[in-house]
Amino acid sequence: MSRYLRFLIIAVVVLGLLFGLDYLFPGGAIHPELRKHLSDNAARLLPYIFRIAMLAGIAITLAVSLNLINGFTGQFSIGHAGFMAVGAYSSAYFSVNFGANLAARLGGGKPAWGLALVLATLIGAVCAGLAGLVVGVPSLRLKGDYLAIVTLGFGQIIVVFLNNIEAVGGARGYSGIPIVKSFFWIFLIAILTIVIVRNIVKSAFGRALISIREDELAAEAMGVNTTRYKVMAFVISSAMAGAGGVLLAHFDGYLNPKSFEFIKSFEILIMIILGGLGSIVGSVLGAVLLTVLPEALRGFAEYRMVIYSLLLIILMITRPQGLLGTTAAFKGWRGRKQKRPRSRTETEEITAEDSSAIDSVAKATLGERQRDSSLGQGEKSEH
Amino acid sequence: MKSLLISLPLITSLLFALACQTGGGGGDKVRIGVFMSLTGDTANFGISSTNGIKMAADEVNAAGGINGKQIELLVQDDRSDASEAATIVTKFVTQDQVHAILGEVASSRSIAAAPIAQNAKIPMLTPSSTNPEVTKKGDYIFRSCFIDPVQGAAIAQFGARTLNAKRAALMVDRKNDYSTGLEKVISDVFTKLGGQIVVTQSYQAGDQDFNAQITSIKGANPDVIFVPGYYGDVGLFAKQARDKGITVPLLGGDGWDSPSLYQIGGAALNGCYFSNHYSPDDADPLVQKFVSDYKARYGTVPDALAATAYDAAKILFDAIKRAPSLDGAAIRDALAATKEFPGVTGKVTFNENRDAVKPIVMIKIQEGGKFVVAERVQVEGAAMPTTTTSASPVVPAPGASPAAPNTAASPATKSSPAAAVTPARVAASPATTRSPATAATP
Repeated sequence: MSRYLRFLIIAVVVLGLLFGLDYLFPGGAIHPELRKHLSDNAARLLPYIFRIAMLAGIAITLAVSLNLINGFTGQFSIGHAGFMAVGAYSSAYFSVNFGANLAARLGGGKPAWGLALVLATLIGAVCAGLAGLVVGVPSLRLKGDYLAIVTLGFGQIIVVFLNNIEAVGGARGYSGIPIVKSFFWIFLIAILTIVIVRNIVKSAFGRALISIREDELAAEAMGVNTTRYKVMAFVISSAMAGAGGVLLAHFDGYLNPKSFEFIKSFEILIMIILGGLGSIVGSVLGAVLLTVLPEALRGFAEYRMVIYSLLLIILMITRPQGLLGTTAAFKGWRGRKQKRPRSRTETEEITAEDSSAIDSVAKATLGERQRDSSLGQGEKSEH
Repeated sequence: MKSLLISLPLITSLLFALACQTGGGGGDKVRIGVFMSLTGDTANFGISSTNGIKMAADEVNAAGGINGKQIELLVQDDRSDASEAATIVTKFVTQDQVHAILGEVASSRSIAAAPIAQNAKIPMLTPSSTNPEVTKKGDYIFRSCFIDPVQGAAIAQFGARTLNAKRAALMVDRKNDYSTGLEKVISDVFTKLGGQIVVTQSYQAGDQDFNAQITSIKGANPDVIFVPGYYGDVGLFAKQARDKGITVPLLGGDGWDSPSLYQIGGAALNGCYFSNHYSPDDADPLVQKFVSDYKARYGTVPDALAATAYDAAKILFDAIKRAPSLDGAAIRDALAATKEFPGVTGKVTFNENRDAVKPIVMIKIQEGGKFVVAERVQVEGAAMPTTTTSASPVVPAPGASPAAPNTAASPATKSSPAAAVTPARVAASPATTRSPATAATP
């Protein structure tokens, strides 16, 4: 009981804090009453810092959701920006064509806009989740790198689509989306994402996901329906990416397909690898770091991106497991990746020696031997 | 716990770094925020523009500044990213307290940043964002170049009237908003002038092989081919088209303007035309001084982006000089009152939409990659398309001002007397006067 009470108190405090921030800084600007009590310097600094904080909040949503599929389930997805785009554009289309009307009909006050925004977020998340289902069902039946290729392709296809849909502005971009720069909303979604991912990971469902990451064959042998679990994790991850897209769409009120190209997917991927795969706190840290760092380095002018890239390189050399890689509860995707190729090359060598005859025979035996070796590996790591 | 130990110092140090960023300098300087893509996929455009702006600022500073005050440029890179452009403008209007803003090259970044400048009531002048949407963001947003519909109309009209073409082919970069925007206007205007678009083919930036499209275009037997794209693809396309025996001229927009164009396309481009903001071969002393100064400073011939950015900076400085104070509203009013400003890219006047009205130059590519002025087209203020929307640049929005009924699509139709495009036919010679409406004698 006390646990629930504690949870309730924390929830109320956090929500109250966010609400208070929203009240004091409406739309990232400063409340006129508060402005009277602030020094000029603080008033000059705060809007800029708040904008970056809100961008970091959106990045947290994206990074933590990607971590569910890449870090915890061990499936390499590199099309996160694609799902984000689906969520962003579908919700923007809703907001422009229906949401604004709906809010106006309900009186146009804050609660009315809130309702319109909740609906927009749900629509964005559901659309992105559906896209995740369409991409995930065929590709997650396969193993290894196929998902990476399929998701990369999906990300590109979405951009091409968006460039050609005139209803959402095509390549000229979609403008006129209602702007909702709200601390409350952005961090509510970010915190919800963190809570959902954390609870999934700590549940039986999460254990199944982690078992898939550690050894898919062993997981299947233990009775885990791997395809089903992978698809579920993928759909949830996509839906949350869609919610992140919704936030972005309503942040500046302008969308452009160029913002969702594969470089964006990689940006999110860098966040979670930098923070440590399989660590939620790591993802949060990675997201904050990668959003703030380019701004914090502005003073270096032309050398900014050089220093930024150098910092990333140094960080990955000194901490290859990511910032918080070791504190993660489980051995990360990286640990597995280092072992796998070694055993695979061993089997390949053996197969090559054994069957100099026909390729198809060699392939069949390779499959057999891989199965053997990975089972053996599973045993070893248990001891 | 360890995670806290790592995160807390990291985040505090980052916040500290943010807070330590110095704001604008003392009160006796005119602070101009410049946001450009100095890195990323349009870095070359951003760098050219920044060069032009820096040169303009140094010239004014050397001459004593604006009303005795020196200009301080705060140049920031947005990594060719719209969201980062908006962040920089937030920084400009809050932390740096700039008096005015110059930027961006790409329309997508200008559109993302404009509402922030508008809300803060700081005038923003974009030198080369051609999307009509940009200046619709508010009355503090200005543009010192022509917009795509005007350029498209000029290209189409040049093809239909000057080259007397009846059948045209279109080659469009589907992924590029600039290209699709021009395509729409070109096909509309060309059709209205009695021409016919016989085939439309598309490509994507970076394509290497255009044989499929060329075969189809050749089959349709056009008189001209409109290629509203960027120089890299245009050069390759021209080469392959000539190899396949297509001899008709290619026509394009200011995306062609680059020294690399002729390096890629070579002799295949001889006899082709494109519309541009200015020509470095122009005999006007103003242009010649600009070109030689720029060459001396940066070692290259200034491209159109450098010229438009130079003009934008000069227009802004001129407005600040005329403004009674450094207040945002005062500068805005002075900018809006800009009339016949003698810029390198022509005489600039702002119309009621805060878009520049100025001549468009049609340039002919000659043997050896020489760009010569073939014709000047002045699109009059009333012909400026005012009613375009982002979704479809030629459809007027409901309730649009009756003064400009769908002029984007019909700058040359009889039904729209306001939409008069006055071409000043000029011999294909670099020695032309800058007066837009008079036939020049060398």
